[in-house]
Amino acid sequence: MARTIEKAVTVEPEIIAREKVPGPYANYLTAQEKAEIDHEIPRYETKRAVGIDALKIVQKYRGWISDDTLKAVAEYLSLSVAELEGVATFYTLIFREPVGRQVIYYCDSVSCWIMGGEQVRAKLEEHLGIKPGETTADGEYTLIPIQCLGDCDKAPVMMVGEQMHRHLSCEKIREIFAGENA
Amino acid sequence: MKASTPLTKNIGPENIAATIEQYQANGGYAGLKKALSTMQPNDVVETVQAANLRGRGGAGFNTGLKWSFVPRGEGSPATKYLVCNADEMEPGTFKDRLLMERDPHQLIEGMIISAYGIEAVRAYIFIRGEYHLAADRLEHAIEEAYEHGYLGHNICGTKFSLDLYVHRSAGNYICGEETALLNALEGKRANPRAKPPFPQVSGLWGKPTVVNNVETLCNISHIIANGPEWYRGLGKGADAGTKLFGVSGRVKNPGTWELPMGTSIREIIELHAGGMQDGYKLKAFLPGGGSTDFLGPEHLDLPMDYDAIGKAGSRMGTGTMIILDDKTCPIGMVRNLMRFFAKESCGFCTPCRDGLPWVEKILTDIEQGKGSVRELDQLAQQVWNMRPGNTFCALAPGAAEPLQSALKMFRKEFLDHIERGCCPYEAAETRFVGA
Repeated sequence: MARTIEKAVTVEPEIIAREKVPGPYANYLTAQEKAEIDHEIPRYETKRAVGIDALKIVQKYRGWISDDTLKAVAEYLSLSVAELEGVATFYTLIFREPVGRQVIYYCDSVSCWIMGGEQVRAKLEEHLGIKPGETTADGEYTLIPIQCLGDCDKAPVMMVGEQMHRHLSCEKIREIFAGENA
Repeated sequence: MKASTPLTKNIGPENIAATIEQYQANGGYAGLKKALSTMQPNDVVETVQAANLRGRGGAGFNTGLKWSFVPRGEGSPATKYLVCNADEMEPGTFKDRLLMERDPHQLIEGMIISAYGIEAVRAYIFIRGEYHLAADRLEHAIEEAYEHGYLGHNICGTKFSLDLYVHRSAGNYICGEETALLNALEGKRANPRAKPPFPQVSGLWGKPTVVNNVETLCNISHIIANGPEWYRGLGKGADAGTKLFGVSGRVKNPGTWELPMGTSIREIIELHAGGMQDGYKLKAFLPGGGSTDFLGPEHLDLPMDYDAIGKAGSRMGTGTMIILDDKTCPIGMVRNLMRFFAKESCGFCTPCRDGLPWVEKILTDIEQGKGSVRELDQLAQQVWNMRPGNTFCALAPGAAEPLQSALKMFRKEFLDHIERGCCPYEAAETRFVGA
């Protein structure tokens, strides 16, 4: 691009170390959560950079990021709540509302679409009784469309939790959920 | 050993990662030892530049030349960073996943050599959050590399030290744009930055930073071990080396193959991918992922070279092709792509944030038979609005590529939908997958 709109602000002042006064959320995060967040801190130049990792760590244990969780993480990393909220709402893998115990990410990108992804989506909706973005009544599954999962030669695909399922068909969807009452 | 397919020489049919012992037994870490013992950092940069390795993330810029813009040597900033862009999310692209899951040490060795070349003190692998297996295997391999003295302080007994970390991202296609990626690594919203300054001068935390694609970095150890002449000789035509090419869609044998640069599209689709499935004809294809222009059957004999594909009016992009067959609605395919880009816009620039949802809506109307001829002009107007230079980054211009080529190539199909008032193709919900 030929034009310069503004000089990108890239130098970030180090967060000034303050006298630790326990905040209202001092006891909110568990020792395990704090230990895992602390493990990430030396890997980056600023505490701000740990925000995304910290949210993912806490989400791993709590399922989603509630307002209190957000405030606790912000306090722990000395970030403003607004700043961390901006981050939390930007990224698709951070949930600001409750999700099921397992999240079903079905790929809705082009190769899966060509190979029948729409039919897979319809079958998932029928089987789970929910639409994309919803959670089953028993709190087990949330159905979410996801960007191309990078397994296009095995389309259509989906990921349940961390588990990939490939070459999907209606038959295969039935097999995957066989024995469950979802 | 000089393999003709260096990138995949450790990758077998089973989905397991090469261990450090297997990797070393097959010539692994020889390139690193050679670089550290016989070459100065600048020699590494010049060797890679001479090899004419071009960025495999899609842009095709000479990698060594990109590195040469980093201020190096005495008086340069002491802290510099190397970042591997492993945010593979281009629709229809599935090559970096393979390289990371199956041969993580190849990427790690490439990164250590590259960091030595640009004098980086710390390196990050920025991997998309959905690639759990790849991230796990990389983290395990990084531990092995530390244990063997390839990472950490005084690597291989030299003065060179490097730390390498995996950063698991939290989603969003825009993170693959290199300046957005740097913002994401800094813990910010992934809005792209204005360039200049370029990351090589002022990147991560304002320090000189190089961002390279996974596949690009995987080439480095081989270039250093075997020399630039050998590397250039691997290519069939104007471009050097080999490349992972892939095909998805209604072909008999979809997959990924390491082939010489300059391999013809016909060979990739008809020989390696086995040709079209019975009952389907090739109508068109995107040569290198979702943000490249459509090409047609008349382009099958072109070589997969950056410049040859560019001259035909498209881009080689990631080299993973998406095939459109004659039974799939081209309007539906473009609508799917535009929905992707509309969703993935970071929301910063107006033509992208507001233009793409509008495009998606028009295409949805046309696909459902509710469109008008006048709307085709509106789509062309949107393509013009999203042209390069009108937005901060390349997301909108990339989205415009399949759209602008579809408007030309599929004009008859567009008019067909409008005149009939319905989609002449079978609905996506009922197609293909068996009951």
